[in-house]
Amino acid sequence: MAACATVISFAAGLALAYLLANKNFRGRELLDAAITLPLVLPPTVLGYYLLVMLGRSAPVGRFYEAVFGGPLVFTWQAAVIASTVHAIPMLVKSSRAALESVGAEYERAARTLGASEWRLFWRVTLPLARRSILAATVLAFARSLGDFGTTLMIAGDIPGRTQTASIAIYDAVESGNTMVARTLVLVISGVTMAIVYAANWLERRSKS
Amino acid sequence: MICAKFAKRYASFELELELIAEAGVTVLFGASGAGKTLTLDCLAGFVAPEQGRILLDDELLFDAAADVNLSPRRRNCGYVFQDHALFPHMTVRGNLLFAAERHARLERHRRVGEMMDRFRIAEFAGIYPHELSGGQKQRCSLARALVTEPRFLLLDEPARGLDLPLRNELYQLVRQIRSEYRIPILVVTHDLEECFALADTMVVMGAGKLLQSGAPSVVYRNPASFDVARMLGIANQFEAEILALDPGRDTSRVRMLGREFAAAYLPGYLLGDKVRLCVPASQLNVAREAGRNCVNARVAAVTELPSGVRVQFEPELIVEMSRETFDAHGSQPDWWIEIPASHLRATG
Repeated sequence: MAACATVISFAAGLALAYLLANKNFRGRELLDAAITLPLVLPPTVLGYYLLVMLGRSAPVGRFYEAVFGGPLVFTWQAAVIASTVHAIPMLVKSSRAALESVGAEYERAARTLGASEWRLFWRVTLPLARRSILAATVLAFARSLGDFGTTLMIAGDIPGRTQTASIAIYDAVESGNTMVARTLVLVISGVTMAIVYAANWLERRSKS
Repeated sequence: MICAKFAKRYASFELELELIAEAGVTVLFGASGAGKTLTLDCLAGFVAPEQGRILLDDELLFDAAADVNLSPRRRNCGYVFQDHALFPHMTVRGNLLFAAERHARLERHRRVGEMMDRFRIAEFAGIYPHELSGGQKQRCSLARALVTEPRFLLLDEPARGLDLPLRNELYQLVRQIRSEYRIPILVVTHDLEECFALADTMVVMGAGKLLQSGAPSVVYRNPASFDVARMLGIANQFEAEILALDPGRDTSRVRMLGREFAAAYLPGYLLGDKVRLCVPASQLNVAREAGRNCVNARVAAVTELPSGVRVQFEPELIVEMSRETFDAHGSQPDWWIEIPASHLRATG
């Protein structure tokens, strides 16, 4: 689920970051602020928003139900959406900074050499920013792994279907199953430690 | 030919320029902050002026009134940046291929191969830019700019960071490009020697304005103003009053430094006019004794030059002379400096 969320947030996040870094449009900073919101809002607020937007009585939820024959909320797909929303600000923020830090002279050079904006982005800007963006993606993965509140609100806690690692820990502690809780806690700590270390390493490499 | 007339305003700086660059090398010469690079950016299309128009032959690149502003990639201009801007994640060959991408595959490789031979970078084809020396980077970025077959070429401080032998090599290269491509080449520099080494036409700029333009030798002989003379390193400037004018003999008489001097005829002036005259430091002579056009002077300061010495006198005269001349006079306190009449010229 976290991997799925990371892929989605990578694609959407990169597009948004490109938009914010390169296009000068009205409301650009407003959009940036809106994207940053999930970083600071309590997860329950976020979950509530999603519930209202995607619930069975909301247009999006009803549309999904009509197409796929079942409600969206309280499915693993909903958990993916929750993780994505939770992880995307991290990706957009860092990617925007990475794209903007690519030397303007490279982009100018590419333009005088006849490159279209599309080719400029894929062949020059993105390769030059790739390490920082990769680092951001790794962090986004870690963040989507650790989501609790948002997922609980919209996907619930159905073992084997929408139960994420962090929710499973909560369950285990609640039911006095300390052994399971301890194991899960150690696993999550180890994995995230490795991820953050990898991200830092990538970030350093991109600077050298 | 580039024909440009435009204005760009910022809060604390204003660029207003009228410029014609024919095929050949036009050097934009001026101190930093004069607006030279901004001028290149306007021509390349990175900066849109508020007013004016830019024409390349008969094609309109920019026209504020008609709302025409071609994007950089459609202007067909080769731009060699100050720091070369070679793509660090591509090899030398990759950099050139990137520039040739609008050609078909085979043609692309043929062109790039040919260009690498011409600029002697074929042996670095598989190397990344950070492994190249300054001179190699320079050749590489020139080659990359020319792969696109630009209709004009812009070079921003091309000799920056190169040592003397490499500079001369670069000048040679630019002259070669000039004769092979026959396109307008605009070079930005604040180096007077570079300007004289390269320019067919020099454009002297100061504070966003064109101060003077013309062949370097002509500009040097007749600087249009006090400022231009100063920028060209013409060290000696005098306030003078015209006492006599004789166009027939191409002479005049002026009063300056408290006495009378003979000078060349000063066209466009009248008797009694106040005028500013200038002489380059290298064109003053040391005389053995008092004579015509001579000034008595005392040494105030001495600076060593690669080719001799530069002596500053009291009253305010600066003379460049050979080491031998300087030594021959030894420590004698009084010198006679001759200001040759034919080299005394008006500024403006």
